[in-house]
Amino acid sequence: MTAETQADIQTIKTQSGQTLKVHTHLFINNEFVAGHGPLIETVNPTTEEVICKVHSASEEDVDAAVQAAYTSYKNVWSKVTPADRGILINKLADLMERDQDELASLEAIDNGKAFSVARDDDIAGCIGCYRYFAGWADKIHGKVIDTSPDQLVYTRHEALGVVGAIIPWNYPLMMAAWKFAPALAAGNSIVMKTSELTPLSAYKFAALVKEAGFPAGVVNIITGYGHITGSALAGHRKVSKMAFTGSTVTGRRIMESSSTSNLKKLQLELGGKSAQIVCADADLKNAAKHAAAGIFNNHGQSCNAGSRIFVQESVAKEFIDLFTEQAKAIVVGCPFKDETNQGPQVSKGQFDKIMSYIKIGQEEGATLHFGGERVGDKGYFISPTVFTNCKNDMTIMREEIFGPVVAIGTFTNVEEAIELANDNEYGLAAGVYTSNHSTAIKVSNALLAGSVWVNCYDLFNNSVPFGGYKQSGFGKELGKYALLEYTQVKSVITLVDF
Amino acid sequence: MSCCLDTDVLCRDLVQTGLFINNEFVAGDSQIETVNPANGKVIAKVEAAGEEQVNAAVDAAEKAFEEVWSKVTPQKRRDYMLKLADLVDRDNEELSQIETLDNGKGISFSRGFDVRELAECIRYYAGWTDKVHGKVIETEGVLSYTRHEPIGVCGAIIPWNFPVLMLAWKIAPALATGNCVVIKSSELTPLSALKVAALVKEAGFPPGVLNIITGYGHITGDLLARHKKVGKIAFTGSTNVGRLVMKAAAESNLKKVTLELGGKSPNLIFDDADLDLAIKWAFRGVFFNHGQTCCAGTRIYVQEGIYDKFIEKFKEHTSKANIGHPHDEATFQGPQVSQTQYDRIMGYIDTGKKEGATVALGGKRWGEEGYYIEPTIFTDVKEDMTIMKEEIFGPVVCVSKFKTDDEAIKLANNTNYGLASAIFSESNRRCIELAKRIKAGTVWVNCVNVLHANTPFGGFKESGIGRENGEYALDNYTQVKVVKMATTLSA
Repeated sequence: MTAETQADIQTIKTQSGQTLKVHTHLFINNEFVAGHGPLIETVNPTTEEVICKVHSASEEDVDAAVQAAYTSYKNVWSKVTPADRGILINKLADLMERDQDELASLEAIDNGKAFSVARDDDIAGCIGCYRYFAGWADKIHGKVIDTSPDQLVYTRHEALGVVGAIIPWNYPLMMAAWKFAPALAAGNSIVMKTSELTPLSAYKFAALVKEAGFPAGVVNIITGYGHITGSALAGHRKVSKMAFTGSTVTGRRIMESSSTSNLKKLQLELGGKSAQIVCADADLKNAAKHAAAGIFNNHGQSCNAGSRIFVQESVAKEFIDLFTEQAKAIVVGCPFKDETNQGPQVSKGQFDKIMSYIKIGQEEGATLHFGGERVGDKGYFISPTVFTNCKNDMTIMREEIFGPVVAIGTFTNVEEAIELANDNEYGLAAGVYTSNHSTAIKVSNALLAGSVWVNCYDLFNNSVPFGGYKQSGFGKELGKYALLEYTQVKSVITLVDF
Repeated sequence: MSCCLDTDVLCRDLVQTGLFINNEFVAGDSQIETVNPANGKVIAKVEAAGEEQVNAAVDAAEKAFEEVWSKVTPQKRRDYMLKLADLVDRDNEELSQIETLDNGKGISFSRGFDVRELAECIRYYAGWTDKVHGKVIETEGVLSYTRHEPIGVCGAIIPWNFPVLMLAWKIAPALATGNCVVIKSSELTPLSALKVAALVKEAGFPPGVLNIITGYGHITGDLLARHKKVGKIAFTGSTNVGRLVMKAAAESNLKKVTLELGGKSPNLIFDDADLDLAIKWAFRGVFFNHGQTCCAGTRIYVQEGIYDKFIEKFKEHTSKANIGHPHDEATFQGPQVSQTQYDRIMGYIDTGKKEGATVALGGKRWGEEGYYIEPTIFTDVKEDMTIMKEEIFGPVVCVSKFKTDDEAIKLANNTNYGLASAIFSESNRRCIELAKRIKAGTVWVNCVNVLHANTPFGGFKESGIGRENGEYALDNYTQVKVVKMATTLSA
């Protein structure tokens, strides 16, 4: 228990002079309630200053949230018609659209991404995600299976009940949407723990949940440290399923926690070290443009970042020149400036980690071709950084850096490229650039990755599934496939002739 | 192209009377009077489409498809449709008043059922726009995948019994799957469709995507059914006209055809049924919408043991039916839609009497004004009587009896129709078993006429071809293309 507390609504100021009122209490049962965990400071990565403090959830608070979710599911939510669930989810999308500027400001100040990116990519993506899944609510079909003339056999795709979710800080509202939308469409109640690094936008979103008219307890949003709040949620026996997006290290802990508690179902979206293969016959200008976006989008803070590039030897120099031009054109600066493409990394911890990888890269013999330093002297800004002459066994080629740092190596033939790309513990995504039809199909068939982009990278759509192979996790988000993660199948077998 | 209705009903905007082509209301080559069935008076004159206008509508739809609609993302299609549904909700009262005035159904039904379901249907299909998936099929040396593509221009011809609802059932899946539409409403009930047309324009649909025209079946409908640029025709109406539509398609461009036709749906009531429940449902099953429902349960077969009790209670329940003016909130049954329908139904009642069936209740006109007919119950009806075989489409039901389950099934299936059916029994086994044996597109168990936007509806046998509603309707408006890209296959 902490003695320190504060009122729910706090007033904060963005570096662009805007004043915003934010919620800082836990959202449980449609109310903002004080938490019993430590008060956590959330820092503005552009100014390195504390924005405000937020309440976090203790084990006791987590239990209260889970009980609220359970009670609401049992008594209310499971009796709401699917079509009505769809209507509520659509309403949520409408409210996000109405408040998009405020939500984008909160993302920009708390996470550091550019305001325009927050609004036009993240929040637009959220709105689309909620609208997409709202449409699925009344379309979740079981099957009738013909076994023999004396039986009626059918399956039901039922909700799980209470779903737990733990989301990261890199796309705060969007990671929330990817979990909320299918979970709610399928009829579940939910308790979500946001990242303690970026708690503000979700608490604002919570107010919209209430305004949209969701019954109390269906959606509960709390924040807290992984080892207190996350751990309590992952181990809770009334939570039927845990959906986690974050590091592979934490993913393992969550899996362990499920095994020692109630064997809750799991969905893990973990790290990646995704390879982009640039063939000699690729349109190199197109490849350079997309490959750069593939690593530098979101300041390199994407699980699917295309952080290893393998380019065919004969075009390596030309490609690297074009690619570096792209990197040079990125404007690093304050998220609230119109011209900014790239804001700061999310925290000091991340900043230090990335800078240390840059050091290791040089120590291990890779060529620092461009960037490699901090930008400015305030805020966690790192220049887009390009390493060349990389070998696949170098640290910067194997470990996830999670920053604007790319490692470029070469290959002689396509078979070698496939081997290099697949020689990695991760398998989240991959890209291949080629103008040859057969090569495109052959390579995309061979790559061990959950998403393969051809002549592009990082293009997402709410109707297309996303999720990794190998140690990048299991389970799919987005698309119809996501519904499988949030339902359980029951077979009903009725004997008729006896 | 609009007028103010000559009635005591307040209308907020002027009612549209033109043909809705390319997002504009335009003149036809003739006019049709539409009549208020509660008093036989003309409500308004609407424009009717001749060959020139039908061609203009189809051309508009084709152009819109090639140049605009096929390039609109599925998400945007969804947004247009959600907007339309919101506008329908906003103008529910006005639409309901128009529907009641033109068709004669009770205002509480227009409001609480027809117009509400219009919005729900559109919303349901708005959710499908970005979920129409092809497949990828493993084949050796070849990447094989299917695309479920829109057909292009779809035509639709709808009846007068549920004007806006029938409109929804056609346009929603057609638009959701990326088609452009030319839809002909019934000349008996053109007004509500034209109000929807105004909302379509307000919702922002690009011109030509949805065109709504009025006209006679044998002129406008025929032109649409045999138009060579229309890739598919969807028809709801009588079986006789359904044959003509199929013929027109065969004679023109072999356009795809779906038909929702007539029915003579059986309602089987067993000894172990909850009798009071069965009676309430049986009543709704036939008398809802003044018997003007394709799936009406117009043949009731009651098991011997409860037959007498059923008749007594059914008569009592039916005699309490609230017949009245359509605009009266309490009205359950209004007038039949037209003089022609009235004459036809009265003709069947006459035939029933002549062929020896007993009029247990009703059998006469109701009131002095308008096309009202008393809810009518015939008993002592033999299987080969006209009233047992032919669709009457009015508030007339035939009741007969049976002994065993096998006999019940035989009687139920003794028809060329196969649209719907109902079983009333508390026995789990019987319900499941008989549901399997009945030859009908819908089997209701312990209820009747319960419809949902997400469950399919359509007939076996001569009740039609194809299914509306639910995911199944998407198949009507898409065509499957398989793309097979050779990768390692040598010649």
